[in-house]
Amino acid sequence: MDTVTITMKNPPALYLEADNVSPDAFAGKTAAQIAELHVHEGNTTSPLGKYFDVSGSAGATAAETKIIVKGDVKKVKYLGFKMSAGEMVIEGNTDLYVGAWMTGGKLLAKGNVEAFAGTAMKGGELTIEGNAGNYLGAAYRGDWRGMSGGRILVKGNAGSDIGMYMTGGEMVINGNVDVHLCTHAEGGKVIVKGNARSKVGGQMVEGTIYIFGTIETMMPGFKPNGEIELEVDGVKARFAHFIGDMGERHKKKKGQVVYANLYKKI
Amino acid sequence: MSEYIIKNGHVYDPVQGIKGDKADVAIKAGKIVDKVGSGAKVIDAKGKTVMAGAVEIHAHIAGPKVNLGRIYRPEDKLFSCTPTKGMERMGGGASIPTTFKTGYEYAKMGYTTAMEAAMPPMFSRHVHEEIRDTPIIDEGAFPVFGNNWFVMEYLKNHEVENTAAYIAWLLRVTKGYAVKVVNPGGTEAWAWGLNCLSVNDPVPYFDITPAEIVKGLIEANEYLGLPHSMHIHPNNLGNPGCYETTLDTLKLAEGFKAKNKFGREQVMHLTHTQFHSYGGTNWGDFESKAKEVTDYVNKNKNITIDTGNVTLDETTTMTADGPFEHHLTGLNHLKWANVDVELETAAGVVPYIYSPNISVCAIQWAIGLEIPLMMKDPMRCYITTDHPNAGPFTRYPRVIKWLMSKKARDTQINAFKHKDKVLSQTAIGTMDKEISLYELAQMTRAGPAKSLGLAGMCGGLKPGMDADVAVYDFNPEKPVANPDDIEKAFSRCAAVFKSGVQVVQNGEIVSTGHKRTLWVNAKVRDNPQVVRDINEKFLKYYSMTQANYEALGHHFVPNPYALEVDATNV
Repeated sequence: MDTVTITMKNPPALYLEADNVSPDAFAGKTAAQIAELHVHEGNTTSPLGKYFDVSGSAGATAAETKIIVKGDVKKVKYLGFKMSAGEMVIEGNTDLYVGAWMTGGKLLAKGNVEAFAGTAMKGGELTIEGNAGNYLGAAYRGDWRGMSGGRILVKGNAGSDIGMYMTGGEMVINGNVDVHLCTHAEGGKVIVKGNARSKVGGQMVEGTIYIFGTIETMMPGFKPNGEIELEVDGVKARFAHFIGDMGERHKKKKGQVVYANLYKKI
Repeated sequence: MSEYIIKNGHVYDPVQGIKGDKADVAIKAGKIVDKVGSGAKVIDAKGKTVMAGAVEIHAHIAGPKVNLGRIYRPEDKLFSCTPTKGMERMGGGASIPTTFKTGYEYAKMGYTTAMEAAMPPMFSRHVHEEIRDTPIIDEGAFPVFGNNWFVMEYLKNHEVENTAAYIAWLLRVTKGYAVKVVNPGGTEAWAWGLNCLSVNDPVPYFDITPAEIVKGLIEANEYLGLPHSMHIHPNNLGNPGCYETTLDTLKLAEGFKAKNKFGREQVMHLTHTQFHSYGGTNWGDFESKAKEVTDYVNKNKNITIDTGNVTLDETTTMTADGPFEHHLTGLNHLKWANVDVELETAAGVVPYIYSPNISVCAIQWAIGLEIPLMMKDPMRCYITTDHPNAGPFTRYPRVIKWLMSKKARDTQINAFKHKDKVLSQTAIGTMDKEISLYELAQMTRAGPAKSLGLAGMCGGLKPGMDADVAVYDFNPEKPVANPDDIEKAFSRCAAVFKSGVQVVQNGEIVSTGHKRTLWVNAKVRDNPQVVRDINEKFLKYYSMTQANYEALGHHFVPNPYALEVDATNV
């Protein structure tokens, strides 16, 4: 695997849309060619090299390419956009849409990320060592197709509207989450090691939520369904089981009515 | 205005009966002419196909429900934006493009005239603002009449003359083009939570049936002698077994003869026929009844149809058939928008994905192609996708590929997950017909122009007609190596002229032309009863005054072209 390092030398005054910073876009290119790729600051299109120093060179394919993003990228959006393979490491905090529409590969953000990380993600691994913003693994505005595959790990806290319209894949949040967890979800699995606030699983049709901490306010649409011993993410514990959202439509699979499952650690 | 001569192209013009002969097309002062001076600019069309500008007879491209789709589907614009480029302003949207993108895309495919198929009269101002902002193409809009309180009250007592006077008034104040009917009576019933699924279901409160509405509107249309006929989206759209309702609707035209000065021969235009040609009793035994429907239309010359081809895309359905959209959201669970338009109509919007992996979608695709392949007279069957309902209009080149190449159809059939079901429930696998370029010109130019009453103006290349010309990079003398070449050639024209102005060159927009709004100015005898009824309804029921209703003058319709009709002596 070949490594390309891009280092912010000239931070943008406005927000920078860097949808070309991905192993797929870099693959097969030299440092000079990578520096020629387009980025957008406001309505101005410029070469990547205007903002970043580029060193190293990419592998022949995305799978053979690793990108390290250094320096102050807190005003850069779309890092790892649509990546399908390879690796990417973002050393500092960054802005919206990290790993959005990613389908494969490994993306590690060492700092905090803003909203819409992993939007409509289909595969791969997205790890956020700091905190995640709102709409993590959610659907794009207006869309009904959220995260459908892959894995997201947040070591810190996450914001609101996590997993909105999620249909598959797995998300683990070591810290707390804000309101509206898994709204409209129709699949997938979300594990929150900390606490959740209100509207957990609102209008959820299918999928599973595990909460290790507290739920500030339960949704009235979730119905107690006994207790159960489970091993979740390596932790054996007893959970209270709820099914819902009773106010939503219910699918049937093989004659059985399907509900979303909410497990709260006792 | 410049003179042009398009030299040595293979010309296909059903108006003059030219079937691919090498001929020159001369343009002067916005019109097709016999010859031009030696100073005329020469366009070399050697080895290319030359046709008149294409005419869109049915698409939803302007107005409140289109815009509702744009507003509530930001995801439709997600990866489909085009930045400012040369003459072009920025655009976006795949199934519901912005107004600018709509104009550019039509022009690039060689379309120069398009009809917005459902204008809610109360929102005609909005429709016309969007038409105004859609560059290049001439456009008209069909106000909807099939659920209108005036129409139902008059026709309940068979008051054809009053209905005609009301139609004339409404066409004038809304700058409308034709009489459109959507789910007659059913959309009004929807306001009561009901529907009319057959032509004999009574409309609640109004004590009238869809059959009476349809027949009355045909009579009123012919009383006025409008350029286009009554244009209908029948009851019971999209349900298994709906073809029987379609045949019942078509039979309502029996005995009526066209009466107009525009050369139109039909009294009924059946739109998006594909959605109305379903057999079976449920989605499991769903099957094609394209043969039954086209057999009837083939025999009855007073009917024209358009296809409504499913293009197997993710799209946005939108119709004044309010109850149907509610039914659809119950099937696919995607977001639903619904609007009631006071005394006139309603609308619903639901996104839809025509997936090649779902047998019903694949059968719908097949039915859409069976219809034009089974129609004996291409002058009475026009290609549409009921944009955006069965697919975006930008897919016309792909539909053309499927119609012109059995190989292309077979490739698609083999790619379906439920291929066997498509072959058992439709006749598409047995059909060898490939439509010719001449038939294509009939189905997309001369035919729709004649049906719309525009035969003297567009859809042909006869001297004296508007100089709307499309040149395709498609050599009819060479065998088609790959069907995809057909799609490519019809996607981007080598050159397009609109009213004598070159608007497209090598697939790029080079001018935004002089776009016109087509409308029909029908004169009728003074009718104090109708004037009184209109005043009364505005006072009693409408949420706006008459003064705010009309799509007035320059702001809304900056470049009008009125087709004059005089029914004062009927």
